[in-house]
Amino acid sequence: MLGFAILSLALILVDHWSNVLDSTRSGLTVLVTPVVLLADFPPKSVTSLVEVLSTRSTMREEIKLLEKDLLLLHAKTEKMAALTAENNRLRDLLGSAAKLQDNVVVAELIGVAPDPEKHEVIIDKGTTDGVFIGQPLLDAKGLMGQVIGVSRFSSRVLLISDPSHSVPVQVARSNLRLVAQGTGATNLLELMYVQNTADVGVGDLLVSSGLGGRFPIGYPVGVVNKVENSSSRPFSTVTATPSALLDRSRHVLLVFTEDKLASQHKEIRNGHDG
Amino acid sequence: MDMTVDARMNGIWVIGLSFVAAMSLAVVSLPESIPSELGYLRPEWVTLVIVYWVIALPNRVGIVVAWAIGLLMDVLLGTLLGQHAIAYMIVAYVAFTLYQRLRMFAIWQQSLVIFAIVGLNQLIKFWIESIAGIVDWNIWYFLPSVISALAWPCVFLLLRYMRRSFNVT
Repeated sequence: MLGFAILSLALILVDHWSNVLDSTRSGLTVLVTPVVLLADFPPKSVTSLVEVLSTRSTMREEIKLLEKDLLLLHAKTEKMAALTAENNRLRDLLGSAAKLQDNVVVAELIGVAPDPEKHEVIIDKGTTDGVFIGQPLLDAKGLMGQVIGVSRFSSRVLLISDPSHSVPVQVARSNLRLVAQGTGATNLLELMYVQNTADVGVGDLLVSSGLGGRFPIGYPVGVVNKVENSSSRPFSTVTATPSALLDRSRHVLLVFTEDKLASQHKEIRNGHDG
Repeated sequence: MDMTVDARMNGIWVIGLSFVAAMSLAVVSLPESIPSELGYLRPEWVTLVIVYWVIALPNRVGIVVAWAIGLLMDVLLGTLLGQHAIAYMIVAYVAFTLYQRLRMFAIWQQSLVIFAIVGLNQLIKFWIESIAGIVDWNIWYFLPSVISALAWPCVFLLLRYMRRSFNVT
């Protein structure tokens, strides 16, 4: 009894102060992955049941709608491709190393932290798919969070709405750099240290600034929904609604940002060849 | 000899399945339409199952099993390794010292003890998390002990039915 108590306390201390137990944790996570999948079974089967029961006509309508969307998106992508190429050419001319090129892999949500205080989710991709700690996660609308733990077949993701998480952002309109902090509510982010004179207004889009080197540049993070200036306080209160559907998205995207060093090496090699 | 081995294997199967079920219930996600605050209404399924098996089979499920289950829960919930382990171990210890008395109690009296035991469990978790600087004080933190006390009769009757029909000794 005493031995186990001392062992647990030692584990807690070591786990809190260092990350040497990460491999133990990811090994044990493989053991409990079946439990996560089992717990995910009822919600998943309800979704598939709804799919089975939906009528032919609604399905047809949905397909039509999706085809229309696809066409629109295709048109947009073509324009984007041209713009990306142009942007990269211009950056080449400026000698800048940063390139607009991110690869994404689709992952599926298989679990949500049961504790309402914690905004964490579990996804079905792990080290076998190349997931790494710190990797950014997106959904179709914007930035969702970052990977904080990986095992072979699953990983744990901290959402941007967790109170312990903050994202470096910039206002898309004025390029003002800010920090967006999670509040513990999935529909609210708080912007820290905004001066009363700062150029930020309701409706401004916030995109990730890429500072800090963790999140790729230019993905939507949120839209400012409240700006409260008060001369009695040093900073104004600014909040934003996250763009990503943090509590609803089931299919998410893992971002593999091209390694800057690798791309530079490639450039040098290409330069020698040419 | 054969009989005891057989009974033991059978028992392991039932006990293991009850723990897997409890762990799944502990992490199953609620539909999006339900506000996340209702997550506090989740009973401490794993604690209940541990207490049941310690009362029913104190010679087989005890501190060591509770500790191992706690370690798995730490991995499952992403908490500090050892946090659930020590909490469940202490719960198993308390249940073990009281098991002869608990067996004599009526179910509602057992519920009262469960209220105290789950409260202790939450208190240990809260201590560890607040020392590590993870949680803030929240009045809802001890709600699971009330809910668990209310859920105890169902868990108790179901597990007793399972134990008797599969003859786990």
